[in-house]
Parts: sequence; C-alpha cells; structure tokens
Amino acid sequence: MIESEFTETPLDIRIRKAVVSDLPAITTFDERSDKDVNPGYWQEMFARYGDDHDKQLFLVCENGDEIVGFIIGEVRDWEFGSRPCGWVFALGVRPDVRLGGVATQLYAAICAFFKEAGVDKVRTMVARQNNDFHSFFRSQGMMAGPYIQLEKDL
Amino acid sequence: MKLQQSTLLGLYAVLELAKAEGGQLSAAGIADKFDVSINHLAKVLRILVRAGHLKAARGAGGGYRYTGNAKRTTLMDIIELFEPVSIEGFEGRDLPHGTDVEAGLAVALVEISELMQATLQSITLRTMLKIMQSRGGKT
Repeated sequence: MIESEFTETPLDIRIRKAVVSDLPAITTFDERSDKDVNPGYWQEMFARYGDDHDKQLFLVCENGDEIVGFIIGEVRDWEFGSRPCGWVFALGVRPDVRLGGVATQLYAAICAFFKEAGVDKVRTMVARQNNDFHSFFRSQGMMAGPYIQLEKDL
Repeated sequence: MKLQQSTLLGLYAVLELAKAEGGQLSAAGIADKFDVSINHLAKVLRILVRAGHLKAARGAGGGYRYTGNAKRTTLMDIIELFEPVSIEGFEGRDLPHGTDVEAGLAVALVEISELMQATLQSITLRTMLKIMQSRGGKT
C-alpha cells in the first residue's frame, strides 16, 4: 500500500502487461488524447508493443480494478551509433493518483525488463516545457545524456 | 552561468536543512561547514524564511529548520529568490533586435537560456538529496 498526495485512500496497485480491454481507460487520461491523436493510435500501439515481444513492453498499473497508469518502451539497437539501450517513450498516470508512486513502480518494472533484455542504459525524451515529466525522470536518477535532440521546420 | 554568492549560500543552506529532515541547525553551524561569513548567511536565511522554505527559532538553542515541500521545490524556486535566471538582454524571443547580428545571436542565447531554465525547474530538492547521497562527499 502506498500513499498518494491527492487521495485519502491508500493505493493498492499491481503492475501487469497491457491487454486490449485496457485501452479505453488509458485514453481517458493520456494527456495526448485531447489533441490530434489518430483514433487508431492506441490499437496500433498495442499491436506493436502490447503482445509478447522480446524488445518491446507495454505495461499498465491497476489500482483495485481500475487502470491508473501505463508505460511503454523498447530496446533500440545502435540508434545514432549508440550501444543498445532501453527507451521509455510513453508514460501516463491518472491525475487523481499522481505523486502516489504509480509512475515510479511502472518505471522500475520497465527498467527491470530492459536489464533482463541485456541493456545497461535507459533513455527518454521529454518536452522542455513538460516540467512534471522532466522532474519525474530526474527523480528516478536520470540526467542529461551525451546526445542533443535537434530539429528543423521543413 | 555564474551564480552570485548569495544564491549559492541560499542553495547550500536550504539543501543542508532539507537533508536534516525537519531537524534544527544553527546558522553558525551552517556557516562553519561551508566556510562562509555568518553575517552574509544570516541575510540569506532571512530571505528563505520570508519565502516560506525555512522556519526560525530564536533564543538559546535556536536555529533553522526546513519546512517546505522538498518534492515540489526546485532549484529554480530557490535561485529566483536571489537573482533572475536568464541571459541578460535576451529574455524573450520576440524582443526587437536592431541588427542581423543581434537577431542571430538572440536565437542562440535564448536556446541556451531555455535549456538552463528547464533544467533548473526540473530538479527538485528531493532529487538533489538523492544526488548528494549517491555522490558522497563530506557531510
């Protein structure tokens, strides 16, 4: 049981692999859902990462019988010349249970998967203005890495 | 980026007191640890008290204790009490720049400034305490 700063009720959480029936709940609190997300986006994500794969993982966090968080990542090989490493590229926690340890447990679970897959480094990318995500990943010990992301309008 | 002495003292003091987890420390003890002037430190501590990060107890056996929320307070929150965090003269991308040189330089300096601000806003005192613990050093 863990305490959330936003709920009086202690959370009773369990981390497991995602199943198709989790997707409607996830879309309700994925911060990108209210933007221009393709309706088939989550179906496609599940097809690519949700089944049993050696290098991809899609986890959800249950609090009782409710889905309150998710994380998706994969092992990428030799991207930009770097040794294989784990990438976390999607993470979400339902707003009313944030600061309750949900993201920390999801992150720990995906890091264990990466380690099991044989890599010794985990990376992610966050929007400069997304202070909550940036702070969360730093609180897990992540620091700026040796690469800088660059872009240009085309 | 070169932080002013007051800013550094503010960071030293707030981190030292947050590390004490509610315990009380004297200004003299903190000044001694970081080998700084107690008068200068006292001014800095007053600013931190006024901002609600510390509480002061007066009298014999008095001192300071951390009363903020270390999970929500960032390095930026502390630094901004003492000095602005930006590259002077290039705070906004929309500022008019007279020459092509100024305009070009502004783009580069704004990028640096935004990265610096994003980093300082993302590192909480709690994260700093973890970093301090993992890096070791004289306690």
